[in-house]
Amino acid sequence: MSIDIQTAARVAKLARIRVEDEALPALAQEFSNILEFIEQLNEVDVEGVEPMVSVTPMRLKRRADGVTDGNMQDKILANAPDAREGFFAVPKVVE
Amino acid sequence: MTDLTKLKLAEARDALRKGDVTSVELTEACLTAIEGADALGAFVHKTPEIALEQAKAADARIKAGDAPAMCGLPIGVKDLFCTKGVPSQAASSILEGFTPEYESTVTSQLFDAGAVMLGKLNMDEFAMGSSNENTCYGAAVNPWKRTGDDTKLTPGGSSGGSASAVAADLCLAATGTDTGGSIRQPAAFTGITGIKPTYGRCSRWGIVAYASSLDQAGPMTKDVRDAAIMLQAMCGHDPKDSTSADLPVPDFEAMLTGDIRGKTIGIPKEYRVEGMPEEISKLWDEGAKMLEDAGAKVVEISLPHTKYALPAYYVIAPAEASSNLARYDGVRYGHRAKLSQGEGINDMYEKTRAEGFGLEVQRRIMVGTYVLSAGFYDAYYNRARKVRTLIKKDFEDAFAAGVDAILAPATPSSAFGIGEMKTADPVQMYLQDVFTVTLNLAGLPGVAVPTGLDSKGLPLGLQLIGRPWEEGDLLNTAYALEQAAGFVAKPAKWW
Repeated sequence: MSIDIQTAARVAKLARIRVEDEALPALAQEFSNILEFIEQLNEVDVEGVEPMVSVTPMRLKRRADGVTDGNMQDKILANAPDAREGFFAVPKVVE
Repeated sequence: MTDLTKLKLAEARDALRKGDVTSVELTEACLTAIEGADALGAFVHKTPEIALEQAKAADARIKAGDAPAMCGLPIGVKDLFCTKGVPSQAASSILEGFTPEYESTVTSQLFDAGAVMLGKLNMDEFAMGSSNENTCYGAAVNPWKRTGDDTKLTPGGSSGGSASAVAADLCLAATGTDTGGSIRQPAAFTGITGIKPTYGRCSRWGIVAYASSLDQAGPMTKDVRDAAIMLQAMCGHDPKDSTSADLPVPDFEAMLTGDIRGKTIGIPKEYRVEGMPEEISKLWDEGAKMLEDAGAKVVEISLPHTKYALPAYYVIAPAEASSNLARYDGVRYGHRAKLSQGEGINDMYEKTRAEGFGLEVQRRIMVGTYVLSAGFYDAYYNRARKVRTLIKKDFEDAFAAGVDAILAPATPSSAFGIGEMKTADPVQMYLQDVFTVTLNLAGLPGVAVPTGLDSKGLPLGLQLIGRPWEEGDLLNTAYALEQAAGFVAKPAKWW
């Protein structure tokens, strides 16, 4: 299946990656090539096959529903590009 | 003692325990080698202060008679592992300046076992790549060169810095991670040993995630014995990773007897792909002969869905990546784009991610976004997961028929030149993983062992694939192959 420029632009938008208009045709072409490669999967008979959920059959462990740590606001904010008054700061979201 | 950096883990361990050398001496020798090897681009964050402090502590432990498995042994750590207080940026600009407040489980186990960290190692950004060219640090370089040719070659990827550093004797061993071949392909390109254990053997906690259902950490070492020693220190159950297996870890080194009499080795006929270089084909045949001479039974087997492993991988891995890498939004850590007047939070996300991610990472995130998007989820993602079930079943059938290990080439070629694939379609680069990716999809352990040189004087490796959780038996078969192949070549120093 070939990907057109509009689809490439929509995917970039969904992925929250800014792609300039002039870069879209090349991107669409690359997507098309990758999808063509992927479409070999259509040759496989998958009738009645379960999609894999976990590569190793295992029962996921459960832990006790209790508080085990906390009180590390400074550590959590230490790497933030913009932190103010104990919070992550972002551009205005609501008017 | 001379040439301390050339020691293997086992040799250095024994010398330390005998008191023939100290960890500080070993560490200083490695730090000097690293200082002189910037041309390899392997170490991207050097940590000499931490290393010397750890070395002194290790010497004290050894003196006190408490010398655990890795005590005093200087290693390098792939940049994908979070190391407390030390930059850990997965070779990405988007994690520029990120210094974790915590230590990954694998590195803390290694440190508990006494290992010394020399620094962080170059890699492909977020472990996406097969040449270590997708990196914010500049490409890592292979210490090997073609005979009579000065072209700089790739060490492979994504664990290219780890491979280059071990092959060039900058450290005694290094950590790697493998999602589609990222330990085994660079190990083969640089003439070293690398094992990807069974999915769930090593905790993924604190390792920057690429594709969580495929990612596994493992050691990259100078030989099979070292791989056994270091793997044992790296693996074990971790409550912080819900997919980590609660199984006992055997003494892998003690299982290296070299006796493989009565074992059955499978040769998968589907791996004899069209256009396989004669030299690779010959190497493979010779490897099979070596195992046969050592007393194993060699049989041809069929893994009928092999051809579909790469296309399935290039649906599943990007799908998981698009979800895992959504966390890089410029809010909690790393890079945030500068905004112009009037730009809002969506502009911040889009500009941050466009500036911070390299092109291959952007491509995979977007492919993943596409295959998961409404209307395509069944056609691509669910179909790929069904094919994955079939690929795993191929292996299960082979093991059920009595096969103990499977022998295959590690790579479709020897190391290629840096920049040589630049103009190629991304799919051409993806084909590097054709022999390695199947077992990530099946969750199986695989080890790459150097077994020969090609006509250009470059190392070539073979790969052994084992039954789940039987890394000990697999390493023993690898040990027998290593003994028979007798690969001892080293790259000539030019850096």
